[in-house]
Amino acid sequence: MATLRTLCYLILYPGLLFIFFYSTFAEWYDRKLYARLQNRMGPTHTGRAGVLQPIADFIKLMSKEDVVPERADRGMFRALPAFGLAIVSAGMLLLPVWNYSLSNPSATSFSGDIVVLLYILSLPTFIFFLAGWSSTNLFSTVGATRVLTMLFGYEVPLFLTVLTPAVLASSWRLAEIAAFYRHHPGLALLNIPAFIIALICVQAKLERTPFDIPHAETEIVGGTFTEYSGKKLALFRLMMDVELVVAAGLLATVFLGGFPGGLLPGLINFIIKTLLVIFLLSLLRATTSRIRVDQVISLSWRYLAPLAVIQLLVIIFIKGLIS
Amino acid sequence: MSFQIPIGPQHPALKEPIGVRVTVDGEIIREADLRLGYNHRGVEKLAEQKTWTQNIYLMERICGICSHSHATCYVQGVEKLMEIEPPKRGLYIRILVSELERVHSHLLWLGVAGHEAGFDSFFMYVWRDREIVMDILETISGNRVHYAINAIGGVRRDLDELQIKHILDSLEVLRQRSTYYQKLGTTEPSFVARLAGVGYLSREDAIELCAVGPTLRASGVPMDVRKDDPYAVYDEVPFEVCTADSCDVLGRTVVRIKELLQSYNIIEFLLKNLPTGPISVRAPRRAKPNEVISRYEAPRGENIHYIKSNGSDKPERLKVRAPTLANYAATIKMLKNGFIADVPLIFAAIDPCICCAERSVAIVDARTAQERIVTMSSLRELSLKTAKHQTRKREAEWPL
Repeated sequence: MATLRTLCYLILYPGLLFIFFYSTFAEWYDRKLYARLQNRMGPTHTGRAGVLQPIADFIKLMSKEDVVPERADRGMFRALPAFGLAIVSAGMLLLPVWNYSLSNPSATSFSGDIVVLLYILSLPTFIFFLAGWSSTNLFSTVGATRVLTMLFGYEVPLFLTVLTPAVLASSWRLAEIAAFYRHHPGLALLNIPAFIIALICVQAKLERTPFDIPHAETEIVGGTFTEYSGKKLALFRLMMDVELVVAAGLLATVFLGGFPGGLLPGLINFIIKTLLVIFLLSLLRATTSRIRVDQVISLSWRYLAPLAVIQLLVIIFIKGLIS
Repeated sequence: MSFQIPIGPQHPALKEPIGVRVTVDGEIIREADLRLGYNHRGVEKLAEQKTWTQNIYLMERICGICSHSHATCYVQGVEKLMEIEPPKRGLYIRILVSELERVHSHLLWLGVAGHEAGFDSFFMYVWRDREIVMDILETISGNRVHYAINAIGGVRRDLDELQIKHILDSLEVLRQRSTYYQKLGTTEPSFVARLAGVGYLSREDAIELCAVGPTLRASGVPMDVRKDDPYAVYDEVPFEVCTADSCDVLGRTVVRIKELLQSYNIIEFLLKNLPTGPISVRAPRRAKPNEVISRYEAPRGENIHYIKSNGSDKPERLKVRAPTLANYAATIKMLKNGFIADVPLIFAAIDPCICCAERSVAIVDARTAQERIVTMSSLRELSLKTAKHQTRKREAEWPL
């Protein structure tokens, strides 16, 4: 029975099937919102209001010709998309969507899982770097170096700001942090500056405008994904959608009080809160223009990182006052 | 480590084929090399085989954006050759269309600049509002792109009261929107961060490298054919030459938006002071042997046509100097020591129209990367030589 339940968790909910459908839905939501903000229609054709468009795109890409460049590192080039998708999907299991119960913790909820989740969210960046580097295309190589350059910018402020609420809640376990802010909603307000910084950093991690520098199409064509086509590109795109959901889920857990209430209310909570975060990310995407890679570094080290440190110090100070 | 990145002839930043080979050191450009000749169409040769009137339509098809510029430049030259004077009303309508074309071209450029900088929302909004001016052009001429309004000795279509009212109403919307874009384009922090200081071209360099149009005016040189050598009725129309002194892409954006606002004033003036009378005079079929240079301020800069007649109904020689060609030398200067990320922006900032500017064919050997310029006859010989040993491929048969 326990095995069956675990299998259900892995395959149905919140496992692969749920991830697939929800992340494609999130992509549709993001695309539609972005289009409406730009006075366009966005997807309209497939399904009601085009909601099935990302799935249709996925199927279309899966059936396309799949080309591996002659000079590319074939093994790595092929393995990376599946590897990346597996990594971000594993990140989904760590979110306290189903393992919300503190008294009966499951295997994926443990003290320190916030660090593991941050680590898992760092790995896709390296996947993108390796993908660009192993395809040996000039545009991919430039894109790959841009991926790494950007990583040095946003990673530190992201870690600092995501760990700030954990410090206030004095816990390194996602479910506990969420529960703490549910009991003290007033304290969650203190984290608003950190939330804003984290939103910007997550935008950079997801490589969306204004940080879509590694695959800026007008500069370096497809950037890291220039040589990818067919199934591999489909998997990469799905991976980015899943990454969007996981990153939004992380922010929702840490800053917005998590997803309480059991199976169905938890699911509704999850959908509402992640969509709220994705809404903010789309808003940021629609209202900015792409900046240069050196501007990313100066933005994060001149403004984001110092602000994150100040926020952390303030939180530590307040924590001293409270206890 | 330095390596070469080929930008073009096929690249998402370029809407037309041109090759820019940049040698980069990390993200910084050390050398830039422009390769032309991917879009040669032989328009000048073709023009020698067509009559004066047929050539108007050929000239319109040199470019899809400034179609009216080339046609007007040509028609003005031919009118000088034939020694005819078009009536006032005809000239007013001709200039009206050319100002409307400037508006649509600058709005198009503004959108493209937004897209190149990764600011797609800006792009979408600007292009939505560009539809207004396209609709105006359609009500005047029946066409959105090739207006075919020019005739030798005047214009082909008249304006009525209803059209004038429609244009004036739409103009108000356009003016409002452009003021908003002026505010947005010069204050949105991430957009300004991308434009300011990029593609620097000093005043001296701009003059020395013979830059034209908004590129030149953004370097602080108030040069505009409409003011310096007024053609048609520009000496009667009040307007200012817009300049900027920041010498960068931001300056070029500002100049273009200011010119938009100036164009609205010109259009309003033209419509309110439209003289009555005929719109064209009858032109002779032939022109006396002579030669003429015609200058015209296109949206992209100074457009020059050299026309030589030999007494027949066809030109003996027609030479087109499109503004893009004049700006290439300055582009190379601007690209050096910039970032790769800025290539599309710098390149877009001269508003390149590659098909206007193509003149010759360069052949590059795919294996050895050697280049040579070839003439038409040797190209033909080459193709015959290559084709001689190849067996003829079978035609496609049904069913495929």
